[in-house]
Amino acid sequence: MTNLAEAGPAPAQAKPPTRTRVRDAIARLRGLIARLRGFIAQTEIDLRLFGMLVALGVILLVFNIASDGKLVQPANMITMAVQACGIAILSTGMVLVIVSRNIDLSVGSLVGLISMSYAILMTDWFPHILGLSSSVPLQWALALVLGIGIGILVGAIQGFIIAYIGVPSFIVTLGGLLSIRGLIWYQSQGAAVTGLDPTFQLIGGGALGSAGEMVTWAIGIVGCVAIIGLLYNNRRQRRRYGFPLRPKWAEVVIGAVSSAAVLFLAWFVNNNFWPKGLADQYAASHGIVPPPGGLRIPTGVPFPVLLLIGVMLVMAFVATRRRFGRSVYAYGGNPDAAELAGINTRWTIMKTYMIMGVLCALAAAIAAARLNGSTLDIGVSYELYVIAAAVVGGTSFSGGIGTIPGAVLGAFVMQSLAYGLSFIGVNSPGQNVVAGIVLILAVGFDTWNRRRSR
Amino acid sequence: MLNKPAVALFATVLVVSAACGGSTATTPPPTQAVTPPPTQAVTPPPTQAVTPPASSTAGCSVGVSWNNFQQPRWAAHDKPAIQQTVTAGGGTYTDADANLSSEQQATDIQTMVNKGVNVLIVLAQDTTAALPAIKAAEQAGVKVIAYDRLIEDPSVLYITFDNVAVGKAQATALLTKVPKGNYVIIKGDQGDPNASTFLPSGYKEAGLLDKVAAGDITILNATGTTYPADYGTFTNAWATETAQSNMEAIIDSATSSGKTIDAILDENDSTALGVVGAETAKSMSYAPLSGQDGDTANLNNVALGKQYVDIWKNANELGKAAGAAALALCAGGSMASLTLQSGLIDPTVAPTAGLTAQPFTTPANNTVSSFILQPTPVTADNLQLLIDQKWIAKADLCKDVVAATAPAACK
Repeated sequence: MTNLAEAGPAPAQAKPPTRTRVRDAIARLRGLIARLRGFIAQTEIDLRLFGMLVALGVILLVFNIASDGKLVQPANMITMAVQACGIAILSTGMVLVIVSRNIDLSVGSLVGLISMSYAILMTDWFPHILGLSSSVPLQWALALVLGIGIGILVGAIQGFIIAYIGVPSFIVTLGGLLSIRGLIWYQSQGAAVTGLDPTFQLIGGGALGSAGEMVTWAIGIVGCVAIIGLLYNNRRQRRRYGFPLRPKWAEVVIGAVSSAAVLFLAWFVNNNFWPKGLADQYAASHGIVPPPGGLRIPTGVPFPVLLLIGVMLVMAFVATRRRFGRSVYAYGGNPDAAELAGINTRWTIMKTYMIMGVLCALAAAIAAARLNGSTLDIGVSYELYVIAAAVVGGTSFSGGIGTIPGAVLGAFVMQSLAYGLSFIGVNSPGQNVVAGIVLILAVGFDTWNRRRSR
Repeated sequence: MLNKPAVALFATVLVVSAACGGSTATTPPPTQAVTPPPTQAVTPPPTQAVTPPASSTAGCSVGVSWNNFQQPRWAAHDKPAIQQTVTAGGGTYTDADANLSSEQQATDIQTMVNKGVNVLIVLAQDTTAALPAIKAAEQAGVKVIAYDRLIEDPSVLYITFDNVAVGKAQATALLTKVPKGNYVIIKGDQGDPNASTFLPSGYKEAGLLDKVAAGDITILNATGTTYPADYGTFTNAWATETAQSNMEAIIDSATSSGKTIDAILDENDSTALGVVGAETAKSMSYAPLSGQDGDTANLNNVALGKQYVDIWKNANELGKAAGAAALALCAGGSMASLTLQSGLIDPTVAPTAGLTAQPFTTPANNTVSSFILQPTPVTADNLQLLIDQKWIAKADLCKDVVAATAPAACK
C-alpha cells in the first residue's frame, strides 16, 4: 500500500519497478504470514480460539469508540460477564449434545421451570410446608440441590426417550420446549414470585454477591500456579512418552502471557468498587469514617462468574480427559465405529442430557438470583442463544467437533454484541438483527476456513 | 453395570409418563372418568366445560380469545370477572389462550366462531394481525369486543382502561416526586400501541416534554428528538429479563458518564420488576419507578420502597363491563347506544364520559364505540385500598417489609 502511494506522483516512468516492488512486498508479506503461522504452530495455540479472542477484542474496541471510550471499564465488563454467565454455562453442555449429533431445544423452558421451582420452594414450600423459619441456614443449598434434581430428572427423561427409544432429539426437546414452558404456568398460576433467600441471591452477583478483593487475588495467584504446573506436567508427560515437545521459548511465552492475563483480569475486576450508597451504609454500620472520596471497596470477581469458571474447568476436563467425554467425541465422529468399539453409546447420549439438566439448574439459579424471584418468561429463547454460542464457538452440526472454551468464548462474543448495542442505546429489535447476522458470518467464515485448510 | 441406572430411570419415566398421562388427558375413557388427577390439581376449573354450539335463541354464548396467560392478571382477575358476569346473566363462557402468537389467536377466533359463539371478546396479540379473523367473525354475525387492547376495525366495541390516562398518571406521579433530574424511559413491546403511542401520549399530557424543553428533565436514553419514537428503550414482548439487561446497560452507561438516574418511567409491571432487579445488582439503591397492572410482586415492591407508583387498573371492573356489554349485545343492543346499568362498576373507575358507549377515534382514524375506564394510581400511601378491594392479600403485599419503613397498610 505504501509503495503504491509513493509511486503515485510519477506513474509513467516508475511503472515496471512499482509492479515488481508491489510483488516483492506481497511476497514478503506472505513470507511473514507463513513464518507467523509456523511460529504459532510451534506454540500449538488453537487458532480458532485465538481468532475468537481477537474478535471479542475488536467488538469491544468498536463499541468503546462508539461510546466515546466509556464501554471498557471494570463495572461495565463485569455487567457483561454476569449477563453472559447463564448462556455460557449452558453452552458448555450444548457442545457435548451437538458434538454427539443431537440438539437440545428445551433448555430455555427447563431453566424457566427450575427458576420458578427455586422461587416457589423458597417463598412457599420451605416456610409453609416444611415450616422452616427464615433463620434456618442452608435453605439456599437445599433449594439448589432440589433444582439440580429436577434438572437431572427432566434431562434423564428426555435423554432416555432419545437414546433408548430412538425418537429424534429435535422432536423430543421441541416437545420439551413447549410442554415444560406450559408447566411453569401451573406452578404459579401465571404470577411472578419474588423474595428469595438472601444467601441464594448472592449467586446472582452484584456488589454483595462477589468474592471481594483478597479472594480475587488469591484466585488469580492459584490460577497462575495452576497454569505453570499444568505446562510443566504436560512437558514431563510428553517427554516420558517420547512425544514431540514444544520449543522451550514457546512454553515460557505461553506461561508468561496466560499468567499475566489472569493477574491482569484479577486486577481489572478489583478496580470495580461497591456502589457509593452501599459503601456509605457499610461505613456507617461499621463505624468507619469514610475518606473524602467515599469508601472504595473492591467487589472482585462476582460469584456467577466464578461458577462459570468452575463449570468450564470441570466440563473441559470431562470432555477431554474422561472416558465419557472421549466417548461423546468418538460417537460424534462416527456413531457406528463408536458402537463397534464397545462404547455404550445410548448411556453416553442419555448422560449428555442429564448433564444439560444440571447446567440448566445452575443457569436457573443465576437467573432467579439476579431477579430475586422468577417470572413466567425466564429463559425464553435461551435455547437459541445457547446453540448460537456453541456454534459461533466452533461446534459443528455434523458432529464430533467442538470445544468447551470455544463455546464459552462464543457466548461472550454474542453477549458483548448485545450489551454493546444496548449500551449505546440500540433497541432490542436492532440487537436481534445484528446477532443474527453475526451468527451467519461467524459460521460462514468458519466453514470457509475449514474447507480452505483441508 | 452401566445399565442399572438406565433401568431405574426407565421405571421413573414410566411412572412419570403415567402420571402425566393422567393429568393431561382431556378425554378420559368414559368408565374411569372420575379418577382424581394424580398430580397437583391446580388446574383452573372451568375450561373443560366447553359449550356445545349454542342455538341463538337459548342463552348467550360468549367466547374470549386471550392473547396470553403469561402476564398474571388475565387469568387471575379478568377471566373470572367476565366469566362470573356472563354466567350470572344466563350466558355460557368459552375461552382460548393464544400463547403470545397472532397466528394461534386467528385460529382460536375461527374455532370459536365455528362453535357458534354470539359475542367474541378479544384481547388482541396484535392490533392488525387479528383483523382477517375478526372480519370473518363479523361476517358470520358475531359481535366483537376489543378487550383492553384496540383492534383497528370500525365495527368493534372497545372496552379498556384509558391508556393515555395510565401514562399521564405514571408521569404525573413521578414528575411530582422528582420535578428535576435525569429520567430513564423503559417502554414495552414495540408492536403494542400502548407501549409506542398511548402511554407516551400520556407522558406528554402530563408535561414531560415541556419539562425536557425547559431543561429541568433530561431523558438519558433518548437517541434523537422525535417523540415518542426516539425516547426510551423498547422491551421485546415486555420480557422481564430483557428489561433487566437493558436497564443494567443503561445504568452502566449513565455511571460511565458520571450521571445519576433520578427517576425511571416504566410502562408496566413485568418490565418494572426487571428494572428493580437491575438496580439491586448495580447499586442497591432505588430511584422512583413507575409501573402498571398491580401485579403482586410489584405491589410488594411498592411496600418495600423499591417501586414508587403502580397504576392499578381494576381488572375486576373491566371484566364486569365486558361481560355486561357482551350480554347486552346478545340481547340485540346496538353498539352505539349501548348503556351499562348504573351501579355495576365502581364509580371511581367508571368512564368519565358516563355509562353510555362513546365514540373513540383510533390512531388509524377509525371511529369505534367505546367504554374507557379510569385507572387508579397506587403508592405506599394508599395500598390499603388494594387490600380492601381483595386485590391482594396483606401477607403478600407486606412480605419482607421491615416495621421501621413499613407503609400504613402493612402496620
